[in-house]
Amino acid sequence: MRVALFITCLADQFYAEAGVAAVRLLRALGVEVDFPEGQTCCGQPAFNAGHWDEARPLAKRTLEVFEEAEYVVLPSGSCASMVKNHYPELLPGNREALAMAEKTYELSQFLVRVLGVEKLGEGLKGRKVAYHHGCHALRELGVREEPLLLLQNAGAEVLPWEAWEECCGFGGLFSVKLPEVSLAMADRKLATLPEAEVLTSTDAGCLLHLSGRMGKKGLGLRVAPLATLLWEAYAG
Amino acid sequence: MRAKAKLYPKEAARLLREKPGVREAVTGATLHFERNRLKAYAEVPIEEWRERAKAVKDHVLTHLDHYLELAERRLRENGVQVHWAETPEDAHRVLREVVHRRGVKRAVKAKSMLTEELGVNPLLESLGVEVYETDLGEYLIQLLGEPPSHIVGPAIHLSLGEIQKLFHARFGTPLDASPEALAQVARRVLREAFLSAELGLSGANFLVAETGTLALMENEGNIRLSTSLPKVHVAFVGIEKLLPRFADLALFLPLTARAATGQRLATFVSLIQGPAREGEEGPEEVHVVLVDHGRTALLHDLEAWETLRCLRCGACLNACPVYRQTGGHPYGYVYSGPIGAVLDPGLLTLEEAYPLPYASTLCGACYEACPVKIPIPRLLLTWRHRAAEEGLTPSWEHGAMRAFRKVMESPALYRLFSKGLRGLPLPQDLLPLLKAWTEGRGPLRPSPKPFHELWKEVADGR
Repeated sequence: MRVALFITCLADQFYAEAGVAAVRLLRALGVEVDFPEGQTCCGQPAFNAGHWDEARPLAKRTLEVFEEAEYVVLPSGSCASMVKNHYPELLPGNREALAMAEKTYELSQFLVRVLGVEKLGEGLKGRKVAYHHGCHALRELGVREEPLLLLQNAGAEVLPWEAWEECCGFGGLFSVKLPEVSLAMADRKLATLPEAEVLTSTDAGCLLHLSGRMGKKGLGLRVAPLATLLWEAYAG
Repeated sequence: MRAKAKLYPKEAARLLREKPGVREAVTGATLHFERNRLKAYAEVPIEEWRERAKAVKDHVLTHLDHYLELAERRLRENGVQVHWAETPEDAHRVLREVVHRRGVKRAVKAKSMLTEELGVNPLLESLGVEVYETDLGEYLIQLLGEPPSHIVGPAIHLSLGEIQKLFHARFGTPLDASPEALAQVARRVLREAFLSAELGLSGANFLVAETGTLALMENEGNIRLSTSLPKVHVAFVGIEKLLPRFADLALFLPLTARAATGQRLATFVSLIQGPAREGEEGPEEVHVVLVDHGRTALLHDLEAWETLRCLRCGACLNACPVYRQTGGHPYGYVYSGPIGAVLDPGLLTLEEAYPLPYASTLCGACYEACPVKIPIPRLLLTWRHRAAEEGLTPSWEHGAMRAFRKVMESPALYRLFSKGLRGLPLPQDLLPLLKAWTEGRGPLRPSPKPFHELWKEVADGR
């Protein structure tokens, strides 16, 4: 089986280790990994802000970049949903958009639903993890159980967190256009954060926003993308 | 009511800064509603209910001419006087006539968002009528001179302390009076109003076309009193409020209650079938004002008409983490929260309602809560797209998006940008967008190397 990794621009720039972890993990599971070097951004920031004319060329070129791929895997629920759910809306009648939507998966979704892997190893034994459900992974892709299953089966204790399904307030441009509301939302998340060793999520945007806010508030919790923890689950 | 939606970003920020108590009150109350809703949804086959309710509403909306004429006929057969109001002025004309003819000095009013749209209270006051909001929450904000901040809980932004202060100043109750004691005071004042008012005003949750029945849901009993004690009852009904059959209430009454407050049914449901008949007590005149106020135009909007399914239950407000931070006031129009962000541009103009479609992170919680499956996130995107097309978005944003597209269209430029992000000392405090980020979150710290460089290291082997 062959997978093309779509790192996504945010993870590429701010959570590069998630890409390395994803490559190592997929290979360890017997999957060949390509990294089409023409990839940049899926176009989501422009699409969500309403600037569809700017988003459309980015969607089109992304379709070309991944045209040959058997599967496209992203360490991001939000960008995966952009491809799966919104490309067909942005490019109505475009067959390639439908084809790419079919073969695109968020990483944990790919591991569980396509590879049928539910246990990666025991590398997270005894680790106390706080899991933030990224909104688009959760509500647009329906990725709810997959990350939890993989974390728990590797021995992690995923701690109860009242606000774990609530939006963290990132929201792309929202975070800078309405910074006060965005930060109040982060503060609500963090005020209910359980005593974990590590905070993780599928999405780099959420983590960047939450870790920045934690830094400002003097919270010293480790923040790691889900891909990184899943590699640790495998490799120990 | 004039829309002040343009002020949303400033007003939201100001509220968070100056009145942190509002966030606390709204978060607490909405989370409470939300937990109750989730429990109430879990008790029933909610997906079937939502699908069914959506289908019924879609049917009505796509056959609205038929059902409106049927409703009018049935209402008249029941002895109800029917009026059509395309604009608030049309509705005002009906009220003016009633007030003059019946010599109305005092009116009691049941909670109704539509009357907020129409500016009913200011009109009546200008006619010298004393208006009493009789829903406890509405009564509180009427005393304060504020608009409702939530569709169902209009005073959701107030703390007990603020209400105690208000009643102390107004009625001389002790500053530590219990909620029960405060309710008793309001009850005394409102009882007197109920018994002396010549006019009762209400909205309606539903109007059944088949039977000409108005259905109203409440928990306090004030709607029943407002619509039955005064000699004249005027109900304002948005034309989207129709249900085809009486039997549809069997779905819509419990569904709305579950969505709004997590109740299985509202404590009181009033089914109004016309004025009092011979030998009965009740109003001598019942008027139904069927209000358009932008709804027909919205119905013709092929991308946005589904908003008209809205039951005004407020579930999306309770589910919305953006709304929870501020309550409804910063939104600047009658309808706030997620539904306001997609309904207001339809009822007003997008220009008037901008930037409300941007008051969301597109988290999707509203859609999961909505009892009639209004695709709010998709509608937010549609309005945003139109805002960008119509040039309502700020020019810096369009410029930034164009630059962003240019960089991302070219892997070479993207790589250059990537190097710049690491190599150059970023003027993080100078660029306004970056400053908006860093102020609350500290400087951006890119990974030492971007993944596309690390790929070369992991490309061959481990």
